[in-house]
Amino acid sequence: MRYEAPDSVEGAVALLAGARGDARVLAGGTDLLVQMRADILDPELIVDIKKISETRTITEEKGGWRIGAAVTGAELKEHTKLKKAWPGVVEAANLIGSTQVQGRATLGGNLCNGSPAADSVPALIAAGAVATLAGPQGRRDLPVEDVMLGPRKLALQKGEIVVSFLLPPKPPRSSDAYLRFIPRTEMDIAVVGAGVSLTVDGGGVITAARVGLGAVAARVLLVTEAAQVIIGSRLDEAAQGRLEAAARAVCRPIDDKRGTVDFRVDVAAVLTRRAALIALDRARAN
Amino acid sequence: MAKHHIHAQINGDDVEYLCETEETLLDVLRDTLHLTGSKEGCASGDCGACSVMLDGRLVCSCLVLGCEMHGRTVETIEGMAQGETLHPLQQRFLEHAALQCGICTPGVLVASKALLERNNDPTETEVRYWLAGNLCRCTGYDKIVTAVMDTAAAMRKG
Amino acid sequence: MADTATNGHAQSFVGTRTIRPDGVDKVTGRARFGADFNLPGQLIGRVLRSPHPHARIVSIDTSKAEALPGVKAVITRDDFADQPSEFIPAGEMMMNYKDVVRNVMAREKALYEGHAVAAVAATSAAIARRALKLIDVKYEVLPHVIDAVAAMQPGAPLLHDDLFTAGVEPKPDKPSNVAKRIEIKLGDLEAGFKAADLVIEREFKTAPVHQGYIEPHAALASVSEDGTTELWCTTQGHFIVRAHCARLLGLDMGKVRVTATEIGGGFGGKTVVYLEPLAIALSRKAKRPVKMVMSREEVFKASGPTSGATVRVKMGVKKDGKLVAAFAELKYQAGAFQGSPVQPGVFCAFAPYDIENVHVIGYDVVSNRPKVAAYRAPGAPISEYAVESVVDEIAKKLDIDPVDLRLQNAAHEGTKAAYGPKFGPIGLEETLNAIKKTEHWNAPLRKWQGRGVASGFWFNIGGETCASLTVNEDGTVSLVAGTPDIGGLRASLTAVAADELGVPYDKVRPIIGDTGSIGFNFLTGGSRSAFSGSMAIVEAAKQIKSELCARACKLWEAKPEQVEFSGGAVRPLGALAEKVKPMTIADFAKVAGKTGGPIGGVGRINAQGAGPSFGTHMVDLEVDPETGRATILRYTVAQDAGRALHPAYVEGQYQGGAVQGIGWALNEEYIYGEDGKLQNAGFLDYRMPVASDVPMIDTVLVEVANPKHPYGVRGVGETPIVPPLGAIANAMEQATGIRFTELPMSPPRVLKALKEKGLRKA
Repeated sequence: MRYEAPDSVEGAVALLAGARGDARVLAGGTDLLVQMRADILDPELIVDIKKISETRTITEEKGGWRIGAAVTGAELKEHTKLKKAWPGVVEAANLIGSTQVQGRATLGGNLCNGSPAADSVPALIAAGAVATLAGPQGRRDLPVEDVMLGPRKLALQKGEIVVSFLLPPKPPRSSDAYLRFIPRTEMDIAVVGAGVSLTVDGGGVITAARVGLGAVAARVLLVTEAAQVIIGSRLDEAAQGRLEAAARAVCRPIDDKRGTVDFRVDVAAVLTRRAALIALDRARAN
Repeated sequence: MAKHHIHAQINGDDVEYLCETEETLLDVLRDTLHLTGSKEGCASGDCGACSVMLDGRLVCSCLVLGCEMHGRTVETIEGMAQGETLHPLQQRFLEHAALQCGICTPGVLVASKALLERNNDPTETEVRYWLAGNLCRCTGYDKIVTAVMDTAAAMRKG
Repeated sequence: MADTATNGHAQSFVGTRTIRPDGVDKVTGRARFGADFNLPGQLIGRVLRSPHPHARIVSIDTSKAEALPGVKAVITRDDFADQPSEFIPAGEMMMNYKDVVRNVMAREKALYEGHAVAAVAATSAAIARRALKLIDVKYEVLPHVIDAVAAMQPGAPLLHDDLFTAGVEPKPDKPSNVAKRIEIKLGDLEAGFKAADLVIEREFKTAPVHQGYIEPHAALASVSEDGTTELWCTTQGHFIVRAHCARLLGLDMGKVRVTATEIGGGFGGKTVVYLEPLAIALSRKAKRPVKMVMSREEVFKASGPTSGATVRVKMGVKKDGKLVAAFAELKYQAGAFQGSPVQPGVFCAFAPYDIENVHVIGYDVVSNRPKVAAYRAPGAPISEYAVESVVDEIAKKLDIDPVDLRLQNAAHEGTKAAYGPKFGPIGLEETLNAIKKTEHWNAPLRKWQGRGVASGFWFNIGGETCASLTVNEDGTVSLVAGTPDIGGLRASLTAVAADELGVPYDKVRPIIGDTGSIGFNFLTGGSRSAFSGSMAIVEAAKQIKSELCARACKLWEAKPEQVEFSGGAVRPLGALAEKVKPMTIADFAKVAGKTGGPIGGVGRINAQGAGPSFGTHMVDLEVDPETGRATILRYTVAQDAGRALHPAYVEGQYQGGAVQGIGWALNEEYIYGEDGKLQNAGFLDYRMPVASDVPMIDTVLVEVANPKHPYGVRGVGETPIVPPLGAIANAMEQATGIRFTELPMSPPRVLKALKEKGLRKA
């Protein structure tokens, strides 16, 4: 098994594109090493991207935020300005695993592991995040909701990596929130994950919204219907009811050791409503 | 397949070792460097018994590759005491009987030290959530939390 | 400070919160646990395990594995002689060597997913793993059965064609999966139910759970050319390991020296052998040391999780609250071989109550799961969950306070337990009253919050124990005990030795001796190690004191009645005191050679008189009605320790057992697929409580001295896991109005029940 740690995006792309056997990107390693140990993966080549500075920085860009794909959850939490701008994204990244895992886990890895239960992805989708990919054909941008196509299935070509994410500029009176359901208080994989991002006007009426739902389908969903039914409202009880119904309607979950179909559908509705209420409070305060 | 030749700093000492790509930092610590204080409870990052500090960041050493360590700094449980003087956390764990079998204790101590270095006045809830990645099956966590909070109070008094 | 406490002994360290002697090594990472041992030239051993829950092993071809460079030995069933059927006590259960040899290495059949089929020793872990892949096993896959009730049905897949149900008349002529039927009876059950004003009958179901120790099994074996065997392993009973390995491998016990390493949790799961005979067999073949460590997945799949069970309880009560009839039927999974803890489950079910008419039946049922090993008060948490739930329902229906109902019917001194003995002094009522005195008892509750109470008990055991005290030439004392220290035992034994001999605590240094250094000790289990160990230390100290008095008499030309040992010295009495000065232990140590030789004592006992420990737990929880998730808000444990040798470690037992019970009640379970394979063989999806899941666990140390122990000690380690399941289920009932008769009460189950009752809106 080879290990390479290139210091440029082009170097990483070349290694991955040219690999003959299975080649994997190493960012935080919190999924890759577990799968290697469990004999699920046996890569011939590991490409560590953490030496590529572009993947490790958080910078303001055109009023938004560019976050490197290999920035850790802990680093996100320590970035005061980013946390203030996108509390939902930051709290989602910091729900992954434990303090130890957050010390290593990254947004790029969480997305590219390809699990519909990934904690940070619903929040990124709700935020309208766009992933910048780099591959043998050059760079391209892809909305995060289009990156994960199914369990362990990504829209990435051979040799393509996620370099960074761009969070769009936030209008005033906007905020986001992420909630997940787990049976314990920490450590579990999300049984349902709901990310909501909202903008309100001076009168407290929702003018824009995005909803991301995780662990209730084969991919993390951008739930446009859920957003539409609350725009124009102040998230009163009737709007909350519509929101819940829209969340329910998109769920196509499975029965597994973490939750039943019924449970996931019920809780998806509850969490979407609760996350929206938190986002609303935060948006009003902004 | 040649092994990786790594120079790292471990508990303040310059250390040199060889490792295969698939060996984790935990494997290297325990089997190559004979620092067996960090424990393997699960090898999947779910129990925290292998907790170490990597460049000042609390991590599970079972989730880090040994070959990533070139030029990096690692602190393990073996580096916590200063000569004959136990770290206040270690001392208070003994006084509060915050360990029974002791297998989780190195990981809990490393994690607790990381917490108190960032936040010297944590609430009980903050302590519990910070330590959620450190499984203990013996104590029920009660005396661990008490020992950490008591140490925080003592360290604040200076 | 000399404090004369119960049973008339002067004490100064016992009962205080001393620093444990092994503590510094444990907080610095120096202490060596099972996987921390290495020998030069060692090989790494790994086990090939059956992927099928039930299959005939048609053939095993190891030739390709043996040919792989770096592989030094391969073993299969052919390397273990078959064993005749013979039952021997192991922990609190009986084991049969015919089953043991088959559990350690499958013979005719693989009986569970994870069952060991072959093992290799190689020069590296990577080569060992590759070698396993080269072993070709031909299986004939058979239908499997997991659940106990399903396994009891006629037509269920049969695990053993030579297993005939014991305990039924007439003896069955067809084999089945029911290994035995047991029952206990007291009084006249039918008359009892006739006299009852209220009868409640319920059926309960629990899922299998694992002890959850953080340290996986580990063993390091080194066999010499003449068969002398050294073994380091993480175990609760190294003498038992020696016995098993000697038997399975045809070795003289005297040639096998087993060292119990520090142990990272056991809770009963490390009272049996898994890797040890394999490591020895591999080392014998390879002529090199062999180290074997289980992965976490192997621990879940191939060690000894406890039974899942179905329990039916029927109780009758008079309207004034007097329990008059109690019936229970228990069906416990044993796993692949017989030996579930159904018997203690039967014995403990109604033990906290003084009821005249009792009948309990139990079935030990095999199914395609790993063979169960003991898990802290084996069998009792399951049966007492069921009973405590019904008692709670009775209290609610009669509108009697649940603690008062228990007080009214509490077992006390003189009560004849349905399983046989008459209780001596016991502390159940004291624990119930202690609960009522707490601030917790009166704390107000809000909607969707509930409070539950339950009592429980474990009978505790004594058993064969050896411990020695040796006075060194400088007057310090070396203590050798023989029961592995899982949770602070050395602190307690050191305190006892210090007090008995009147020497400072830090002048006594304890070790857990290997099997070559001390006589036979039964394993650490049954809550016996502090109870029996301290008794043996008292005996060893007695010998020293009596020896020193005899030496003093010689030196002083005195008669025995003119001297006595007290406060760490032999003291002259009466007129003699004007002629000679007292001599301390250190004084005698200086002249030991001249006065008769080395000074020491060995306690060799079969400790009797273990007293049961009763406990009562009270828990507050809150349910989120929209998700079904329960949060534990507050928890109090009151338990009778007899006499707490070290209060902090006794409290620790109460707290740890309570949290294991919380996990068992709310989230822990073995999840099997239709294919009989375990789906959650890791800490991610086998959900044990983490620090943020639980509050502080308040403890009340009740002390009703055990008159049969020199310090009044009762074992305390197991009782704490018995009440939580019932207490939490009772709290859930108060919070939701729903009686949960199936564990765990995980959020999907709770939410489903809330929906069915139309209770879901917050």
